[in-house]
Amino acid sequence: MAEMDTSSKDSGKKGTGVKKGKKLSTRVDLTPMVDLGFLLVTFFVFTTTMSESKAMNMNEPKDDPGKEIKVKNSGAMTILLGKENQVYYYYGQLDPEKLSEQFKSTNFKDIRELIVEKKKETPIDDLMYIIKSDKNSTFKNAIDILDEMSICAVPPGHYAEVEITPSEADMIHQTEIANGIN
Amino acid sequence: MPRVKVPRKSTVVDMTAMCDVAFLLLTFFILATKQKPPEVLAVQTPSSISSKAAPDKSIMITMIADGRVFLSIGEDSVKAAVLRDLNATQGLNLSPTELARWRHQEFFGLPFNQVKSFLNMADPMPPSRMPGIPVKDSTNNELVGWMRSISNVFAGTDQSVLQQKLLVKGDNSVLYPLFKEVKRAFKANDIYKFRIVTNSENVPVGSELYNENIASSTQKK
Repeated sequence: MAEMDTSSKDSGKKGTGVKKGKKLSTRVDLTPMVDLGFLLVTFFVFTTTMSESKAMNMNEPKDDPGKEIKVKNSGAMTILLGKENQVYYYYGQLDPEKLSEQFKSTNFKDIRELIVEKKKETPIDDLMYIIKSDKNSTFKNAIDILDEMSICAVPPGHYAEVEITPSEADMIHQTEIANGIN
Repeated sequence: MPRVKVPRKSTVVDMTAMCDVAFLLLTFFILATKQKPPEVLAVQTPSSISSKAAPDKSIMITMIADGRVFLSIGEDSVKAAVLRDLNATQGLNLSPTELARWRHQEFFGLPFNQVKSFLNMADPMPPSRMPGIPVKDSTNNELVGWMRSISNVFAGTDQSVLQQKLLVKGDNSVLYPLFKEVKRAFKANDIYKFRIVTNSENVPVGSELYNENIASSTQKK
């Protein structure tokens, strides 16, 4: 009584009354699965080789008081690194009377152009970049400016790190106050 | 003449084998990827355009963001020799068992006068709690002592061997004077060449070096 007649009308035609389920193939199309698999493989292959740390060469000069290199004023550009990723620069030697004219501030974005400009207008033998880091500059700044030298293809031996002088440190400090950097 | 009947074959290929290969490769790469060991000392290195890979078995000086300095030596034989040399030159008075225990440390970040008590601690402190090698005080830069022992170990060999291995890794926010003291420790031992660990970065398009690289590669062709 409670049985439901699911076989409906055509049950009569088959005669026996036993319902035969259609046999479905158990095969699944694996193509999308393969696609996904290879996609993941490719992803892992690419990402594994990318995050490798690299090493940058550093050559420090010997501290030899007798062997200081004289640099021509016309070919020298001094780059000073300050607080908050600020960069200051001047050409030649600092003249106490024209300090504010000579001493200019810039940043890491624009320094590349200035380096290239200086490189183009100076005979290669005279060219010298002097890099000085203030005590508030960071390790990143020091590496970035050296990297900037290689990006601008400044030949080795034409840039050097030099200890900052108290007057320059003072100059940076005053400029920082004037520009409101702290 | 009767035509030869070419039986029409199904174009459906069994994908199971291909699927197997794909997932086998996937498993292999996932497992073979050298998992970065959970960083004991978190360091965000600056980036540079240098493309030379940093060597695995290195002598690394790590400067972390809060200004502490640590040293690690990748090669066990070198590590043992350096520690033995330090024990003698710094007068640490360590017994052979203490020395062996010291050798199991991955990072060295203690002032010399705390080493002995540290090695006899029941519950050794992790590197993250160590005070770091004192370098900031230029009169008591203990990294000079470390570097002396390291250069003693490498004394007989070619200097370039040590130069290849010596790496400095520093956090972006480390202040410059700390780096200067590290360099001073090198210079005090006549080490002038070393390398800095950086993230790699591409040469900016249009820069001088980029143009030069293009020029030299076209010349070669």
